[in-house]
Formats: sequence, structure tokens, C-alpha cells
Amino acid sequence: MALDKAFREIPGTVVFDAEQARKGYWLNQFCMSLMKAENRARFKADERAYLDEWKMTEEQKQAVMARDLNRMMALGGNIYFLAKIGATDGKSFQQMAGSMTGMSEEDYRAMMIRGGRSIEGNRKIGETGDAQRPPKD
Amino acid sequence: MASIVGSLSTSHIPAIGGAIAKGLQNEPYWKPFFDGFDPAREWLAREKPDVVVVFYNDHGLNFFLDKMPTFAVGAAPEYRNDDEGWGIPTLPPFKGIPELSWAIIDRLVASDFDIVTCQEMLVDHAFTVPLKLFWPDGDAPVAVPVCINTVQFPLPSAKRCWAMGRTVGEAIAAFDKDLKVVTIGSGGLSHQLEGERAGFINKPFDLKFLDTMIDDPQWATQYSILELVEKTGTQGVELVNWLAARAAASAGPMRQVCRNYHIPISNTAAATQVLEAA
Repeated sequence: MALDKAFREIPGTVVFDAEQARKGYWLNQFCMSLMKAENRARFKADERAYLDEWKMTEEQKQAVMARDLNRMMALGGNIYFLAKIGATDGKSFQQMAGSMTGMSEEDYRAMMIRGGRSIEGNRKIGETGDAQRPPKD
Repeated sequence: MASIVGSLSTSHIPAIGGAIAKGLQNEPYWKPFFDGFDPAREWLAREKPDVVVVFYNDHGLNFFLDKMPTFAVGAAPEYRNDDEGWGIPTLPPFKGIPELSWAIIDRLVASDFDIVTCQEMLVDHAFTVPLKLFWPDGDAPVAVPVCINTVQFPLPSAKRCWAMGRTVGEAIAAFDKDLKVVTIGSGGLSHQLEGERAGFINKPFDLKFLDTMIDDPQWATQYSILELVEKTGTQGVELVNWLAARAAASAGPMRQVCRNYHIPISNTAAATQVLEAA
């Protein structure tokens, strides 16, 4: 049973609750395996074969191969663990976070330098802030 | 008797570990953050604490989704760091002080905190980065790690983390050895790493939070975890580590030694604050 879903009212936000943690268990396990250099090498050599060793859904595997982080989040991924995929690809945490916003890497970096994304309009769904666009499916 | 002489808190973004390893402290991007540590290190050089109690959240190195304690206390003679896949050098082990760890554990359990105890415990960047920032030469004192779950919901409330920190402080105050102790709160401040709202920063909230840490430290405990997600971002809830560290040091006002607030490091509003006993 998931927590109360009040967070669904916060735009562009996925809270890692029991529902997500159960759905994403093996996706996150796969990610954690990438902490070992030998596993990173095996994954890079043949992504599909490596993913097939894990009890992940086909949809999760496709999302990993497409590097679609929003999709991986929706399918139960936790960003702390998904970040291991980015590290394997040589991407920074900022590049990974930015890739979920629909912004270019340059625009996202510039936004952060300017002080980050504002809370104005981004507290609740239905306001007029820049995080209101629903994540891509 | 042991006494807590200060509470130090700072952010723990993995990229900080990378910047230290590459010696980028004086680069324009990093300098405003690293410069904030000079007064903190001067204070530490004067105070020379014997022990550091670190409140932090593990990100999968020691606790993964297979076993996720709400609160866990280390009771090991040493704590090893390990490769988290970031490409940051693995640091040498940190020494523990098991007799103080067990005094803290006894007190917590006697006070109805049903914690997990760890005689072996790997410590990740949330533990190592603050120690490396405050003691860049690697001469950090012996440590007690106190891990708070901020990864898998349900998370302990800010109020509960405050109460847990208070009890740790009581255990230290009752510890029958003449030791100077500092606490560290690791993480925050506002940031969000995922979704369309990634990059979210709430500067007014952060500045208010830093103000209240001085003389109204329970202010943030009025908020539920979901309210903190809304106000500080999904990962901004790490501020519960700051609350626990502050609670351990004192329930009353403290004196601010120094403070630094800088946006951004990576996706995060990075903050450092040193408070000493008033």
C-alpha cells in the first residue's frame, strides 16, 4: 500500500514510496550492480544481454536502453540508484537531472547558475511555473 | 563527562568529492563554496574536538532497498568507504569509538527508538564528504555514524529526527569520559534531482532555515515530510540530518561561528554552517 498520494499535487515530482520501491526493486538492483567496474564493462559490451540477467520488465529494459530517465522513474527507479547508469555513461548528475526537464544541457546549467528553478508556480499542479509540463511518457 | 562543543553542517554532493580529488577548490565554479570552510577549519583548530558524530543518509552503499532501517547507528572500530561508481577515489577507513557508540545505542533504545546497530558499516559520500571538507588533511577525529533513511518512503518526520538527535545529545552528555564532541549534519539544502521540477531551489526557505538553526532550531519540525518535499525539493528533505545534529548539540540557542550559502553546486543549494555552544 502506497503512502497517501498528496505528493501527486507537486508538479514534476516522483516520491519514492512503497509502490515505486516495489515496482522498481530489480531495476534499482541492476543499477547498483554498476558500482562494480567489471559489471560496468559487461553492461557496456552488450546492454541487452546484461539486462536480461535481471528480473526487470521489458518496459524497464527498454527505458534503460533509451536512457529515458523520466520513464525509468515512472517504472520505479530511484534517482540515487539510476545515477549509476549515468556514471557508467560518463554523465554528471547535473546532466542527468537536466535531461528530465525537457531543457537543453546548456539551458539547464544556465538556470542553475542563475539560482535554480523557482518555487513560484511550482508548488502545486495547476499553477503556472516552468515545472508544470507533465513528464514525457 | 563528554560535552558537545559545536554543531557543523554542510552539503555532500558527490561532485564535491570529485573536485577535492582533482584539486579544483580555487576554480571560479568551486571557490565560493570551498572558501566557506576557512573559518570552520580555524574554529576546529582552536577547539580540537576528540569525537565527531555524523548524521547522514546512506545512498545504497551500506543500506539498499533489501534492508532499509529508519535509523541506524554504527558501533564499529572502523568504517570503510567503497567505490560508489562515481569515479571518486575511495578514502582510507575512518576510526570509530565503539564504547561511545554503544552508550548512544543504549540510550536510544531505552528512550524507545528502535534502531539498527551496525558492527560493520560501509560509509558513503554523505559521511565522507563533510569529514573531508572540515578536515581536508584527513585528520578527522574518531567518529560515530548515525544514518537516517531519506531514500525510501516512509521517512521519519522532522520532529522525530529532532527527538532522536536530542537523545543522542543526552547520551553524549552522560558519557563518563572527558571528551569534546562535535556533531555534523550532512546534506541539503534545497534541491531536486528528478522529474520536470529538477533544479528546484528555494532560497527564501533555506535562508530562513539557517537563521532558525541559531536560535529557533525546532522551526522546521512543524512541517511534514511531504511539505518539506514541496518546499525544499525531493532531496531537500536531507535537512533532517541538520536538525538531528543541531538537536544533539543543544535544545536552546547557539552562537553562529560562520555560515556560507552558495547556489549552485551541481543541482543543489550548498550550505555550510558552524554553531558553537552559547
